[in-house]
Amino acid sequence: MRALAGVLGRDVLEAGRNLLPIIVVVAFFQAVVLRQPLPGMDRIIVGGVLVVLGLALFIRGLELGLFPLGEAMAVGFARKGSLWWLVAFAFALGFTTTIAEPALIAVSGEAAEVAASSGVILDEDAAQASYALGLRLTVAFAVAIAIVIGVVRIIKGWAIQWFIIGGYLCVVVMTLFAPAEIIGIAYDSGGVTTSTVTVPLITALGVGLATSIRGRNPMIDGFGLIAFASLTPMVFVMAYGIIV
Amino acid sequence: MNGLLEPLAEALRETLLGVVPIATVLVVFQVFVLRRRVAQVGRMIAGVGILTLGMVLFLTGLGEALFPLGRLMAGQLTDPAVVGVASDESALHWSDYWLVYTFGAAIGFATTIAEPALIAVSMKAHDVSGGTLNAWALRVTVAVGVAIGIAVGCLRIVTGTTLAYYIAAGYVIVAFQAFRAPRSIIALAFDTGGVTTSTVTVPLVAALGLGLASTIPGRSPLIDGFGLIAFASLFPMMTVMGYAQISLVRSRRSQRLPLREV
Repeated sequence: MRALAGVLGRDVLEAGRNLLPIIVVVAFFQAVVLRQPLPGMDRIIVGGVLVVLGLALFIRGLELGLFPLGEAMAVGFARKGSLWWLVAFAFALGFTTTIAEPALIAVSGEAAEVAASSGVILDEDAAQASYALGLRLTVAFAVAIAIVIGVVRIIKGWAIQWFIIGGYLCVVVMTLFAPAEIIGIAYDSGGVTTSTVTVPLITALGVGLATSIRGRNPMIDGFGLIAFASLTPMVFVMAYGIIV
Repeated sequence: MNGLLEPLAEALRETLLGVVPIATVLVVFQVFVLRRRVAQVGRMIAGVGILTLGMVLFLTGLGEALFPLGRLMAGQLTDPAVVGVASDESALHWSDYWLVYTFGAAIGFATTIAEPALIAVSMKAHDVSGGTLNAWALRVTVAVGVAIGIAVGCLRIVTGTTLAYYIAAGYVIVAFQAFRAPRSIIALAFDTGGVTTSTVTVPLVAALGLGLASTIPGRSPLIDGFGLIAFASLFPMMTVMGYAQISLVRSRRSQRLPLREV
């Protein structure tokens, strides 16, 4: 019990160190620049304690659960040796983690309102709901494709630069043709998809795959899945904006 | 304390929406496809439980403390009265908003250091590189990139220049770097771009962008307010690859001049 308390204490200190910059910035701008009283100080302190505690538990949970889990799955698929099952897994993981993402639900709702107010779709609830759902499906599909391409890249050992530069070229070219209202949302959708729970799992999966396949270097080949997952939604959402 | 129950329930709902689909996919593939016993399953499940609890507390705390505070400050700093100019549209020079750029850079740096997804990726990079890539150094490098990105993004909103030009120019720089930087850093550098725009940074940065766009005459929050997040994910790629390039040049130099290094 005492050992557990010791571990938790160290975790909390470490988490506090990660949050120190925020405290410094907020305190500095409040005290030196804005010089206005802060409303609801008790709420801020309670919230701050929760943030530190939550971050400490999150990091501990990463080491105990999410990282080993991602690696175990990677090793399992590498042993099984079936590319098709791995591709199916990558697709399912990318699609399901994205479709339920709360940030994506918020952004697609916002996008539907923009589309309705600019006359792209009818200004009715049903039309907005179907537009938002279509957008969510598009982004989820984009992420699923990204994870599939990324996993195949790790297995084949292809250099990542060509994919990323090719993807950016697509983004730039599509920006020229996409309707103006969708561009900002498309750019933001790339960031929205990679949530805090998905990132560690997908990173562990990629690194685990690169480690268990002979001839792959985990540093060179293992990373990059997140980069793909934040690139394809931009392309797909702009395509959605052009088509709809 | 009663007031905390509702945000806690909301954070729990949000976290479960993220965790349950992942868990379902993992279990389905494990049971029906892999069918191989995994060592220490109990420990992993406990770990995921701890992580979920951590996320719930973290999100609740952010919603209670940091987000309202950050939004309030972003609002105050973009207020013409604080910026120190009259609210009529005459004679507003881009340099009048220096306080906004400073705040944007500072808060971008600070929230990136606290970003859990970035902590996870740097831990992994530290392990994989056998400790040669310091996790803390990587996070500071990424945070510097975000700070520069937010400052430049704010400058773009103030001047009202086209988003696509900046992004295209940034991509060209990143593409050049991708062929010059050490191979082992490139994939990781690209990943940091997606990782920075996550739980802590996005809501604050979005609030700053929308506040700025609604304060400045002639800017539309809908068209000009977006895009800050794109800057925040573009610049870390440059700083991470740049950092690796500089370290490479330095180590080459020290190899050529071994006496100076000793």
